[in-house]
Amino acid sequence: MKLTSSVIDTIRTVTVDDTRIDAAVAIQFKDAMRAETEEGPNRVILDLSIVEFIDSSGLGAIVASMKQLGRDRKLDLAGLTPAVDKVFRLTRMDSVFNLYPTLDAALDAD
Amino acid sequence: MTIPKTCRSFTISIASDALAVRDALGEVTRRLAQLGLATDDIATVELVTAEVLNNIVEHAYSDEPGNIIRLCCNQKSDGLHITFEDIGKRMPEGDAPNATSANADAEFDDLPEGGFGWFLIHELTSDLTYRRQRDRNLLSMCLPTPHTVRRE
Repeated sequence: MKLTSSVIDTIRTVTVDDTRIDAAVAIQFKDAMRAETEEGPNRVILDLSIVEFIDSSGLGAIVASMKQLGRDRKLDLAGLTPAVDKVFRLTRMDSVFNLYPTLDAALDAD
Repeated sequence: MTIPKTCRSFTISIASDALAVRDALGEVTRRLAQLGLATDDIATVELVTAEVLNNIVEHAYSDEPGNIIRLCCNQKSDGLHITFEDIGKRMPEGDAPNATSANADAEFDDLPEGGFGWFLIHELTSDLTYRRQRDRNLLSMCLPTPHTVRRE
């Protein structure tokens, strides 16, 4: 599970560089997110534009990543592909996050 | 010379670990593409198959690797009929868990980090049936394929 992270102004962007967030990598994903976001800006954007598949373990790991940021920080999601978007909508987790079609749209929304 | 009919069923044996599940999903999606299924339908089958296999690995086989799961897939006029077979522990209630939705309206600290799997399986399938036959678990379901144009 590879994540790339950068800080632009007051926003941290974390890009998932793998095509799948599934049961095989859910725990690694959560740990890697913790490492990338432990310090730094209050707003974190998770760029999912490369991710083609997510299962319920991956979804749970993204929710856990948001919770480990704490109430005072924020995790927004960008670039959901159709199969990923579908999992968020079916489980109504789309109501828990701000979703943006692209990373640029998420950055502009600040 | 007669042209053989397209084979509309297949069976795959899968080892009980997360990486083998990932490989199996790749195999299933390739086979379904060969059967001419639409991309959206394949994505749904991949998700449901992932949820069922993950449950079997985690619960029926208690995350012990080296056990086997069999997946039999049959394309019929009303969709794909898939049966999953394992020789792990029986379902705790003697039946598949209910389709309880994880609570998206929960307070921050109580937001669900799991419990989405069976909800997704129920939501995306019909005729979900669980049977225990001697030492085997058999879970069968139908997955509609509304985006696929059938070619006879």
